[in-house]
Amino acid sequence: MSALKLERGASSHSAYDLRNPNADVEERHTLAVLVENEPGVLARVIGLFSGRGYNIDSLTVAEVDHSGHTSRITVVTRGTPAVIEQIKAQLGRIVPVHEVHDLTVEGPSVERELGLFKVSGKGDKRVEALRIAEIFRANVVDSTLTSFVFEITGAPEKLDAFADLMRPLGLSDLARTGVAALARGDLAAAPVAGG
Amino acid sequence: MSREMTGARMVVEALRDQGVDTVFGYPGGAVLPIYDEIFQQNDITHVLVRHEQGAVHMAEGYARSTGKPGVVLVTSGPGATNAVTGLTDALLDSIPLVVLSGQVPTFLIGTDGFQEADTVGITRPCTKHNWLVKDTDKLADTLHRAFDVATSGRPGPVLVDIPKDVQFASGTYQPPKAAAPRNPRRDAVASDAVLQLVELLEKAERPILYTGGGVINAGPEASRLLRELADGAGIPVTSTLMGLGAYPASGKNWLGMLGMHGLYEANLAMHGCDLMINLGARFDDRITGRVADFSPGSIKAHVDVDPSSINKVIHVDLPIVGDVGAVLRQIVDLWSSRGRQTNRAALGKWWEQIEGWKAKNCLNFRNSDQIIKPQHAMQRLEALTKGRDRYITTEVGQHQMWAAQYLGFDEPNRWMTSGGLGTMGYGLPASIGVQMAHPEALVINVAGDASWLMNMQEMGTAIQFRLPVKQFILNNERLGMVRQWQQLLHGERYSQSWSDSLPDFVKLAEAFGCKGAQVKDPKDLDDAIQQMIDYDGPFILDVLIEKHENCFPMIPSGKPHNEMLLGEAAELGVIETGGAVLV
Repeated sequence: MSALKLERGASSHSAYDLRNPNADVEERHTLAVLVENEPGVLARVIGLFSGRGYNIDSLTVAEVDHSGHTSRITVVTRGTPAVIEQIKAQLGRIVPVHEVHDLTVEGPSVERELGLFKVSGKGDKRVEALRIAEIFRANVVDSTLTSFVFEITGAPEKLDAFADLMRPLGLSDLARTGVAALARGDLAAAPVAGG
Repeated sequence: MSREMTGARMVVEALRDQGVDTVFGYPGGAVLPIYDEIFQQNDITHVLVRHEQGAVHMAEGYARSTGKPGVVLVTSGPGATNAVTGLTDALLDSIPLVVLSGQVPTFLIGTDGFQEADTVGITRPCTKHNWLVKDTDKLADTLHRAFDVATSGRPGPVLVDIPKDVQFASGTYQPPKAAAPRNPRRDAVASDAVLQLVELLEKAERPILYTGGGVINAGPEASRLLRELADGAGIPVTSTLMGLGAYPASGKNWLGMLGMHGLYEANLAMHGCDLMINLGARFDDRITGRVADFSPGSIKAHVDVDPSSINKVIHVDLPIVGDVGAVLRQIVDLWSSRGRQTNRAALGKWWEQIEGWKAKNCLNFRNSDQIIKPQHAMQRLEALTKGRDRYITTEVGQHQMWAAQYLGFDEPNRWMTSGGLGTMGYGLPASIGVQMAHPEALVINVAGDASWLMNMQEMGTAIQFRLPVKQFILNNERLGMVRQWQQLLHGERYSQSWSDSLPDFVKLAEAFGCKGAQVKDPKDLDDAIQQMIDYDGPFILDVLIEKHENCFPMIPSGKPHNEMLLGEAAELGVIETGGAVLV
């Protein structure tokens, strides 16, 4: 054997060797991808995931800076550490992608999702649905004598729990936005123009 | 200086401002305004191809042999879809191309108009980037940006889709900005990583330089620096198929190509090294074999301009993201300033070990005086063309590997072959693109009979433009590489792997209006090659070779480097019995 040695993580410019590259345990990562809002940019991002066989748990996109035509794509994905690194590097190659942030490793972050839940029913079930909605701080945004539409915001797990509770009470339809996320603290991934 | 003009004129103006001298293309309804402008100028030569796939491969040949971007012009619909194979080929081999396609007018987009295709949608995954230009005022800027994206960082193909009404409409032309490109080159490299690499280099007992197409793409200075480093430090050099010529085949440290059909000494050195320095290569599966057993004992450094190449296949210990030329400059400077130290004693032993591997003479084959062996044909081609201003293109298959094994390249940009995508039909059009860029050079396409047929219509282009490309067809009346795999891995069931009803290549040459010859007796081979070289025009040489020759050495798929098949070199007694098949 050779006497050559190189300490892991010794090269400060690289984050690649900080985690075990051979780990085969899948991790869930939330990525914030800042893109030029030009035609086809979302197709490029989605095409990358499907073309290279990566997973998408959730994806949200909207223009966040109208004057600068910048959109923010929040994508929740799964993969081994090596795959996650590869996803970030591949996203970085897309020409209209300005920045890729891995909110899962860059520090604490908040994740929120909005859901609309339609619960249909009468009598006790209807009362119970309303009571649970209050506990979850869900708002009633539409009401008939036989239905409610609840609006609820929270972490994806909270929306999952709400759906589980509403299912036996007459949950008949639901829509979820997918995750939007920001880093905690005063560090801005995408400083807002004029902000 | 901005000026008013039509979109069609802007295209020609932008090409001229970008220094384009040659465009490969084919007209059609949706690009007629641009062709009208091409008709009215003399700065840019338009090469009329016979099929759009040919145009893209020609542009690739042009780009690879010059280092400049290749430019293609095609019409909408089928014109654009025919370009897809070439775009994918250029993407996988990182070749800078700018492809301009016509599109139906903006008001017809989405109506399934005549010759309408969703060109940007179709080509999105096979370009580095693409654009649909809907506003003539944005056309000039988009075209300049296209050249910037194609050539900066890791080069690649781009496509600009231009609807016909945008070509007719008038707008403001903007010349290219001198300002910094939006994708700055990654020249700045962390100096601590370079320092670590130099320290490893000074101590390494069994180092190896594993070079790839990135060295070629980084320009001639990168190749010069590679030679300075390898020769100065006495480090063996091997290269991928894409990187041949960066380090000269005549250089003292040259081990030959590595990989599936690479040389025994190159693969064994990769397997046994303690420091692997990957310069602009990407650990392709044809290189690594079984990933789990790839060079198990080495520290691996990887220099690449594209961060996504790093740790994609093989986890490396020392990643350096940067232009290979810029990083090599830093390595050579730092290593020199520290006194150009190496682990001399250990290197001596390492070379002894390598010489032992070289002694196996892995490219040995049993020659014949009855029938032309393809390896012999390559050796004679090499002998009779060496020292000339020579460019080689290839198709894909056995002949491609024999060419890579037996031909020597002493300079970069002299070897054009479809590596990543493995596109049969690449070589003939590529040879035409090379000859356009180097009218006086000797350009030879080493081909197989099956591959050559895939784009043989481009002989018409060669004749029309008086391009004296030499078509050197190793004719075994087989799909040789397919046949080889069927023999070795599919129980000798030769399913659909022979070329039935082949044309008479000599008559075909005459039909196209050039010259051809057939040779089948080994003693006539030299004269035939000489006749091909001396002929003042395109030439098709049909070389009838041994039909069942296999290409060795070979690492079967999924095997590690130290389990190479050596073929006849083993049977010829250079390898001990018992190790005859698996070494």
